[in-house]
Amino acid sequence: MTYITKPKLHHPSLPKNSVGFTRRDYEGRVSTLCAGCGHDSISASIVQACYELAIEPHRVAKLSGIGCSSKAPTYFLGASHGFNTVHGRMPSVLTGAYLANRELIYLGVSGDGDSASIGLGQFAHVMRRGVNMVYIVMNNGVYGLTKGQFSATADKGSVAKKGAVNNDSGIDLASMAILMGATFVARSFSGDKHQLVPLIKAAISHPGAAILDVISPCVAFNNHKGSTRSYDYVREHNEAVNRLDFITGQAPITAEYAPGTTVEVRQPNGTTLRLAKIAPDYDPSDKAGALAYIQEKDREGEVATGLLYLDSDPHDLHGNIRTVQAPLNSLDEETLCPGSDVLDRINAALR
Amino acid sequence: MKATDIADSSYFHKVVDCQWACPAHTPVPEYIRLIAHGRYTDAYMVNWKSNVFPGILGRTCDRPCEPACRRGRVEDEDVTGGRKEPVAICRLKRVAADNKDELNGRLPTAPASNGRRVVCVGGGPASLTVARDLAATGYEVTVLDQDPKLGGMIRTQIPRFRLPEQVIDDEVGYITGIGNITFQQRRVDSLKGLLDEGWDAVFVGSGAPRGRDLDIPGRREAAANIHIGIDWLSNVSFGHIEKIGRRVIVLGGGNTAMDCCRTARRLGGDDVKVIVRSGFEEMKASPWEKEDAIAEDIPILNFLVPKSFVHEGGRLVGMTFEKVQAEYDANGRRKLVPTGEEDPFFECDDVLVAVGQENAFPWIERDIGLDFDDRWDMPKVDEATMRSTHPKVFFGGDAAFGPKNIIWAVAHGHEAAVSIHTFLDGGDPAVRPAPAVEIVSQKMGIHEWSYDNDVALDARFKVPHRPKEESLRDIRAEVELGFDRELAWKEAQRCLNCDIQTVFTAQLCIECDACVDICPMDCITFTEDGEEDEVRGRLNAPAANLDQALYIGDGLKTGRIMAKDEDVCLHCGLCAERCPTGAWDMRKYLIEMSHAERACGKH
Repeated sequence: MTYITKPKLHHPSLPKNSVGFTRRDYEGRVSTLCAGCGHDSISASIVQACYELAIEPHRVAKLSGIGCSSKAPTYFLGASHGFNTVHGRMPSVLTGAYLANRELIYLGVSGDGDSASIGLGQFAHVMRRGVNMVYIVMNNGVYGLTKGQFSATADKGSVAKKGAVNNDSGIDLASMAILMGATFVARSFSGDKHQLVPLIKAAISHPGAAILDVISPCVAFNNHKGSTRSYDYVREHNEAVNRLDFITGQAPITAEYAPGTTVEVRQPNGTTLRLAKIAPDYDPSDKAGALAYIQEKDREGEVATGLLYLDSDPHDLHGNIRTVQAPLNSLDEETLCPGSDVLDRINAALR
Repeated sequence: MKATDIADSSYFHKVVDCQWACPAHTPVPEYIRLIAHGRYTDAYMVNWKSNVFPGILGRTCDRPCEPACRRGRVEDEDVTGGRKEPVAICRLKRVAADNKDELNGRLPTAPASNGRRVVCVGGGPASLTVARDLAATGYEVTVLDQDPKLGGMIRTQIPRFRLPEQVIDDEVGYITGIGNITFQQRRVDSLKGLLDEGWDAVFVGSGAPRGRDLDIPGRREAAANIHIGIDWLSNVSFGHIEKIGRRVIVLGGGNTAMDCCRTARRLGGDDVKVIVRSGFEEMKASPWEKEDAIAEDIPILNFLVPKSFVHEGGRLVGMTFEKVQAEYDANGRRKLVPTGEEDPFFECDDVLVAVGQENAFPWIERDIGLDFDDRWDMPKVDEATMRSTHPKVFFGGDAAFGPKNIIWAVAHGHEAAVSIHTFLDGGDPAVRPAPAVEIVSQKMGIHEWSYDNDVALDARFKVPHRPKEESLRDIRAEVELGFDRELAWKEAQRCLNCDIQTVFTAQLCIECDACVDICPMDCITFTEDGEEDEVRGRLNAPAANLDQALYIGDGLKTGRIMAKDEDVCLHCGLCAERCPTGAWDMRKYLIEMSHAERACGKH
């Protein structure tokens, strides 16, 4: 919580993107989260990604549930559409919005409580339906708003601030998303923007259900010794499988890699994902292999991060149910109400 | 890169751009905050301690602080709706002087005499500063001047419509009121003779009293209507001259020329023009003084080199000039080249020559162990100690290194006083006393700071002026009316509080990026170590201003460094406010230069 708003003055050399906005134009209101909250870094990464992609803010809809994470959309993309839904119900509201208007970019923002506890069912179904969205989980392993009880994603054996030990199994949302049919699954860390920003950009460009499980330390209740979601712990146990460069037509390729260590994946919309391998045998297109690798790392006490799974030929809800291309609000009365002749024909076909 | 040594007081001193740029190193943000709080007398005393003449300087200072002001680098025209401009530091100083209460008990009084006698030659700002510092330390100081009143060029050269005499009398009075200061109206014709009088030390603050002349055809014949600018101003000041011709040409592009032309406007000149050799932009006069002259219907004609005074029967009728243009050679050096056009002629009744000032030391014997520079015929003076090659003789003000301005004279005076005190105490004047540094954390609560950290987005406020007709009628009517309290408060809000420093403690940092994310100027980066040039290029925002330091913190758990570009920091404190561990703190560094009373001879 901050008393003054962020001054409007900015660095004299602050550049503008191709649609005429500076990075500052993608910011929201000043954060009321605790100082040092990982969620603020994720917000900053979303701001950076949208700026770099030169997205017009009015083309984005950000939807969230309940919790610290779900407050975060207020703190970025202040000029975008927003919807703060009920607890755990962000996926269904987002699905409805997506059905009504497929032209917007949908950003679902949720937390480990919102997605892995009360909203677990919704989480599973939005993945399997292939809603074209970016589902960002700000995952800190605790219920921050109610003072730090373990959430459903907390690792078994981790220790709470006051010493209680978690005896329940933790839910791994990344593995679950792969199982449920998500076509872009990544994990990252709020403290590593070099990894996170390209992943957000790639997820936005992915024409299907994309999920980003972002470990985001809770400085107030889960940043102590014994926690497996603290800044120190995650830095020590972070095992990136790859480094991602997101390449649009014009963007220069900045990173240099040794030959043979990169894989390029063309996406249907013309963008390219370039993956530099870190784990030598990791193949993000191999679903079973990905699941096994994540489990193996978990057993070793490590956290696998990076682009974990990618289906380069994703399916999408609108394609499956053959809905109209245009947003519903753009259809005129004649199209929406074709008259009793048409109704009669439909009824006749069903007899 | 090496971690920044913040224990070295000059590091954070440099961050306070205004204070660093001020020759006397006045703690500017400190007094601006006091003004904002309505504590005008306290603000005045902060100034008085440091620059001795707040009321005078608040009207006449050359303000080296303002071009340095960070505000002028970080403002954005789209946000403020006005030009990028520094805080009106100088005119806020005047607000402190205008609104102060009685200074009862706040000014020092001379302690019991230490028996040492020091003489100051010249009664201007440099000598008066030496007198103040030494008298308050126990010295018996005698000040000599050729004029009947103390003040030097402050009194003789600055016109009353810029500086009312009462302000001079008050501020000279604060110094002489200390006690143990004797003033004698006396011309000194021999330094040797003066030394023979047995003074413990001699301070030469005699200024640059000789106005440069212009030796071109007609000068001698038309002499009756050609006046040397500073002498003429001095005569006006003492009431010896009360009139000038209707058509006046002022030659020269410095501040003296601006004072001459505006004075002429008030003494009957209704067709006054300034004519300069150089281009308008390269003129030495401060931009605001040029603006004020132009506002009084005084045209400034440039690229005209004086060729001759034209006279008829011994009476001046005008001047001819040669038209030139600037050409630059391969080294970027400027040359004024005749354009070949016909020489323009301007009619006039009087000419004021303000083409520069010179030092003149005919009264200093060359065989008394005081060395002169062969090339410029100036005494050799040490820039740090202000001491000449004669152990007992010290210099300051324009007498030391040629014409500068009042604030430099004050700075020289302080340093000379330190040297004299140190020398007479048996110490080595080359060893300078360190400044006093007071460090106070500004944290009051989780999100509360004991300074106003919100950044005002107003463009610079203009100082109200007296209506022109009224100003031109009365040479004693001050043109600038000064900020009233409300405007002063608003202008004070524009100050970024650059003395409230961002202090980083790497051991406490958990590298959560909260400071990086909140910083409005993108001036904090956590990154891999490297060479400075290369690091500057890969920060979150490029740090292109090499005059401004990178604050480096090391010892982080990830082995990275924290690099903060001081150049554009708004000192808004949001980094510290968002820091969960207190690795960032906002601390006020009040840095005050040590004057004679704090200098101890025995280091």
